[in-house]
Amino acid sequence: MAIRKLFIANRGEIAVRINRAARSLGIATVQAASEADRDMLACRLADEVSVVGPAKASESYLNIPAMMAAITESGADAVHPGYGFLSENPAFVQAVEAASITFVGPGADTIARMGDKATARAEAIAAGVPVVPGSPGRVDGAAEALRLAPEIGYPVMVKASAGGGGRGIRVARDAADLEKQLPLAMAEAGAAFGDNGLYLERYIERARHIEVQVLGDGERTVHLFERECSLQRKRQKVWEEGPSSALAEETRQRLCASAVALAERVGYRGAGTLEYLYDDQTGEFFFIEMNTRIQVEHPVTEAITGIDLVAAQLRIAGGETLWLTQADVIRKGHAIEVRINAEDPARHFMPSPGTITRYEPPATGRFDTFVYEGYKVVPFYDSLLGKLIVHAETRQGALAALEQALGSLSVEGIKTTAPLHRTLLKAPDVVAGNVNTSWLERWMQAAKPA
Amino acid sequence: MATQILAPLPGVFYRRPTPAEPPFKEEGDAVAVGDTIGLVEAMKSFFPVEAETAGRLVAYRIEDGQTVDADDVIADIA
Repeated sequence: MAIRKLFIANRGEIAVRINRAARSLGIATVQAASEADRDMLACRLADEVSVVGPAKASESYLNIPAMMAAITESGADAVHPGYGFLSENPAFVQAVEAASITFVGPGADTIARMGDKATARAEAIAAGVPVVPGSPGRVDGAAEALRLAPEIGYPVMVKASAGGGGRGIRVARDAADLEKQLPLAMAEAGAAFGDNGLYLERYIERARHIEVQVLGDGERTVHLFERECSLQRKRQKVWEEGPSSALAEETRQRLCASAVALAERVGYRGAGTLEYLYDDQTGEFFFIEMNTRIQVEHPVTEAITGIDLVAAQLRIAGGETLWLTQADVIRKGHAIEVRINAEDPARHFMPSPGTITRYEPPATGRFDTFVYEGYKVVPFYDSLLGKLIVHAETRQGALAALEQALGSLSVEGIKTTAPLHRTLLKAPDVVAGNVNTSWLERWMQAAKPA
Repeated sequence: MATQILAPLPGVFYRRPTPAEPPFKEEGDAVAVGDTIGLVEAMKSFFPVEAETAGRLVAYRIEDGQTVDADDVIADIA
């Protein structure tokens, strides 16, 4: 049944985006807000506002009982979770389902299955999707490691099987190197985690982050091509684009087909993204994880396909069967999105909350944001202020469009990452598309004044 | 000489490194220059709140988990 009244359980720019998509479909909206967020743009756009709790996310946007009380009280027949917060929380989705309210996204079971790395990996293998080669399980002892490593392929990464947070990870280039590293790796694992069991995985040195956007209705899935998000700082994407300039057309077809196979295998419903690592040296791609929600960088796909992904989410959640065949999804031109964050790139990306004293949106391009002149950016949530998206026939044209749009964007009173992007778009490696997931941090390190 | 420790930026103030650990300082403790007396969380990052003078931490003015603005008084040093 088509959605009539939508509860938006999120904030910031995505809440604005969802309000607009709902409006385009004639759906009424109820906007959730913490006490610190009453002034945000989404509250001005929504038909109703529901204050769900104090500023701290754990007491508002992440508070399932408070959110559920607000949802049921609002009389909404559907909930859009946005990204982050409760969007991939199976307990929240279960609570929404139990209240007979439509969750805009896949079911709690799909979220739980694809949210767990081990089960997602198993599903991928079963669907014939390549995963990063690794040991079948825990490895005990040097002999077993040395036997498995050539099958996995050097260089291999040796990880503590009980580990996490990057501790106890070593890289071995060949058998001699591995033999030398193993005793140290085992000792480190034992010291750090009280367990010297290891896990081996192929180390992909020059990996690109490439992801495939899909839309499914529970039976059938189509892909909307890929986005490349290799420019990252501290594992946070800062620049996304589509298509990826690294992929040969034949590889693109295989990559996108693998995403469809995996999504159809799990009966995926809604918009989802399958993330892959792409090895520039070998041309191989490996599935790493699935995000069962809308993503920050979804406008890249909207720009190159002309498909409104948030409206599509709402239509699928409202019970429509997928109206698109794969042949209907046509890719056109090149799009780039950059994230404008309230951070000071000149001071180690220090957060820069505060009042926006002057604001001029870019004269060209699309700017998805929730700020306005006079708005006070609060320190309680992530630093994303907005996303600037440009589209042109070619990648070169998109870079020129980005330069033009960034030139007319003006935010005063707080620091933003716009200057970073103005410099980045001139970097020879960026112009050439010669980047990988560690490029940005190395580039910033090199650019640092001595 | 009595001095005050101010919040370096707006956010949420914490007296402990993690919820499972003891507080950085108790009221009455001695503090040295550069001692961390708490953390401010802003935009998902944590920043230390450090003493700029040595002395005794007389009182915390902000409770654990309370929101602060930049330059709010967090503690008194005597």
